[in-house]
Amino acid sequence: MTDTLSITPELVAEHGLTNEEYELILSVMGREPTITELGIFSVMWSEHCSYKSSKVWLKRLPTKAPWVIQGPGENAGVIDIGDGDAVIFKMESHNHPSYIEPYQGAATGVGGILRDVFTMGGRPIANLNALRFGSPDHPKTRHLVSGVVAGIGGYGNCVGVPTVAGECTFHPAYNGNILVNAMTVGLARKDRIFYSAAAGVGNPVVYVGSKTGRDGIHGATMASAEFTEDSEEKRPTVQVGDPFTEKLLIEACLELMAEDAIVAIQDMGAAGLTSSSVEMASKGGVGFELDLDRVPQREENMTPYEMMLSESQERMLMVLKPGSEAQAEAIFRKWDLDFAVIGRITDTGRLTLKHEGEIVGDIPVAPLVDKAPEYDRPWEPTPPAPALHPGDVPAPRSLGDALRTLMGCPDLASKRWIWEQYDHMVMADTVQRPGGDAAVVRVHGTTKGLALTTDCTPRYCKADPVEGGKQAVAEAWRNITATGAKPLAITDCMNFGNPERPIIMGQFAGAIQGMAEACTALEFPVISGNVSLYNETNGEAILPTPAIGGVGLLKDIDCMVTIALKTAGDWLYMVGESAGHLGQSLYLREVCGREDGPPPPVDLAIERRNGDFVRSAIENRQVVACHDLSDGGLLVAAAEMALAGDLGFDLDADWGSLPDHAALFGEDQGRYLVEVSEGEAFEAAARAAGVPVKRIGFVGGDTLNRGGERLISLAELREIHESWLPNYMENA
Amino acid sequence: MKSAVIVFPGSNCDRDLAVALEKVTGFRPIMVWHGEADFDKVDLIALPGGFSYGDYLRAGAMAARSPVMKEVVKRANRGVPVLGICNGFQVLTETGLLPGALMRNANLKFVCKDVWLKVERTDTIFTNRYARGQVIRIPVAHHDGNYFADADTIRRIEDNGQVAVRYCDADGSFSPASNPNGSIGNIAGIFNEAGNVLGMMPHPERLIEPALGGADGRGFFESVMQELVA
Repeated sequence: MTDTLSITPELVAEHGLTNEEYELILSVMGREPTITELGIFSVMWSEHCSYKSSKVWLKRLPTKAPWVIQGPGENAGVIDIGDGDAVIFKMESHNHPSYIEPYQGAATGVGGILRDVFTMGGRPIANLNALRFGSPDHPKTRHLVSGVVAGIGGYGNCVGVPTVAGECTFHPAYNGNILVNAMTVGLARKDRIFYSAAAGVGNPVVYVGSKTGRDGIHGATMASAEFTEDSEEKRPTVQVGDPFTEKLLIEACLELMAEDAIVAIQDMGAAGLTSSSVEMASKGGVGFELDLDRVPQREENMTPYEMMLSESQERMLMVLKPGSEAQAEAIFRKWDLDFAVIGRITDTGRLTLKHEGEIVGDIPVAPLVDKAPEYDRPWEPTPPAPALHPGDVPAPRSLGDALRTLMGCPDLASKRWIWEQYDHMVMADTVQRPGGDAAVVRVHGTTKGLALTTDCTPRYCKADPVEGGKQAVAEAWRNITATGAKPLAITDCMNFGNPERPIIMGQFAGAIQGMAEACTALEFPVISGNVSLYNETNGEAILPTPAIGGVGLLKDIDCMVTIALKTAGDWLYMVGESAGHLGQSLYLREVCGREDGPPPPVDLAIERRNGDFVRSAIENRQVVACHDLSDGGLLVAAAEMALAGDLGFDLDADWGSLPDHAALFGEDQGRYLVEVSEGEAFEAAARAAGVPVKRIGFVGGDTLNRGGERLISLAELREIHESWLPNYMENA
Repeated sequence: MKSAVIVFPGSNCDRDLAVALEKVTGFRPIMVWHGEADFDKVDLIALPGGFSYGDYLRAGAMAARSPVMKEVVKRANRGVPVLGICNGFQVLTETGLLPGALMRNANLKFVCKDVWLKVERTDTIFTNRYARGQVIRIPVAHHDGNYFADADTIRRIEDNGQVAVRYCDADGSFSPASNPNGSIGNIAGIFNEAGNVLGMMPHPERLIEPALGGADGRGFFESVMQELVA
């Protein structure tokens, strides 16, 4: 392509722009755009960058709380955790690239989200990931799991940021569109947060990091279209990551951030130099003049179009204070990174691009951003699923066999095979390792801890997007609470199908409504996020998957609990009430082979009351082990606690009229299973708080028992739970 | 006690090692950049874990040729204690200060988990605070920890008692299952002939306090401290 190319309707269509959108471009420009300008409009107005289908709904999410320093709209959100410390975090999808090239797709997903966090001045201290794969029987699944896990590990391990938590589930709806959602959590001083709004006419615009190549051109546009069978041909648009350079970039940026040199900084993520320069100029209300000849280039004869749209990794754009160029350059040279002044701030309000002495692009920034199309797409609510009563679901032939099936099923089987490939201990602050409800990472040099989790139950969201959206937020809140931490805020990664289909748009709208209700009721605002639409292949959409990344604060890690059972003779109590809800439960799917019924409803007032009580009981040291009840229900939670503590139990509770399998496998919300040494004091505290608790058994032995009858030995349970994934991956 | 932590581009356990040294010995180490050809006289030189130079070419290969390593080799040959952990061990074999090589793990995967180790020697500056045959638990986190040397070299280091720690089961017995990476003889760490250089794949700096899940790693740092202060 050259810059003298005339713009044909085919070219417009290839750029993913509609005729109406192109007309709008003509009216903004007052003339036919150059090919470089067309490319810039195309990426800035892509779904990925403009949120054109989702913006109207995202506005409904609560984003404020007294501890929120920065909500959505920056590279990442920021919260205050006291003592002058701030936590910066965000989750982002890298679904399409990871399906096409799993290792590099996942690796660069990690790299991108790390940059979003250290761009704002935060040293990354933890990574998490939420993974959804297709059916284990699908011929591509094993290859995708293997590549994604290796890619996440390959990047995170090398940069030296521990990967501490996540989730990994399987469903045929992801056969053609896996989900790879990566989250990074960083730590900064509250008064040293960096933002992206450019300022100061004449100030130098500086490019640092890796050189620019032809990789990833049009990645943002690819992420905004459906897949077809020939998506494999898009492999060259997947970027290649270099975690070593990222590590150098982290250290160099943080070193420069300790000086007084930076006015504004932004990473070059999706749409590379285009989105970083446009966003910085737009937020600052200024113009940018860039001399593309000065952009460090890895390949020869790159055109302005290619340079502006490249998604080469490990690059940042900064506006420096005048006179600090030499100081900044010395730091980047020390770390063997490219450093180039490529332009300056102007008062024109335009993005002006020069190449070989000619102006190859000149776009007014404000309309490029503000006139981006925004669609209120038609939507249809998901029809409610017919009710399913506990009596409609058959009891298992044997409780022990049902437990075996569940604990060894792909969604509940141990994910050790995955997290042992991630360095989850580097930085030497991981005080709660993977495998529990939430990971806990100590705030370096203090006794504070951050509880971190990712959650979503897509089958609930499919059956009822509103309840499913509520439940995703509530479960993240519950997992954080179960460590003893106070939940503070979330990031969301909204993975959905094609928004141009009303039923999909209805799923999106419903999930947002449910999430908004939960965020409000639980004081758990959204501070950052990402939307990934068009997750469809040949018209088959994924399950609606609003993945939630939650962060909570433990004032003192000495007060933290884990899920591991501690002491023989202790009591087991269930906090909350069971109605034996089996609709959309794993018992129904894995044991009965059915996926139907409504998901369990979430009563947010009860959720809050029960969680606040559990947290206070942990703080008072009445509770010595705690696990939230979610997938698989009470018996699965108890089994997981037994495995973690290497201690058995006997559940001797009587459920009255509720069938045993409904009580043990129902997935009613707002519940916890806790280990308590002093039962009477605990019951008294619960009564005072108005929270229903029920003594359901006691800890001890090396078997799992129901009313004195042995269900399974710990050894056999461990074998079943631990063996599924390694067997699946390695004995193909 | 004065110590130095060498920092290469891509080191990522340099802070962890410095924190552990300071917490256990009470003295904050100096951080020495890979480009420095000389640095202050110290009682202990520590090479941290990580991915020096991105592990490009071979793990440790490029770091072994950096300016600072010429000085480290010189001092090691004069008897200054040198401790290399993980990537630091890889750097030490690449410089020739320690025999053998660390190949890709037998299952070709990165592995991060706690392992059991049997302490084989306790009459050394790095291990005198442990009991002979003591079984300790500390983590590994590596992709290239599969210790290999030719048969003659293995015989020589075994005969000389140069094996510091071996991967074992919780009860101290050796089995293929207790070997996380395929190392010959379950070797997890070795000394040089003189005993002043120790390279090991496991990370003692990651388990030095109960809050992190254990304190079995402290002994290595306490041993050096004991030796140097006594």
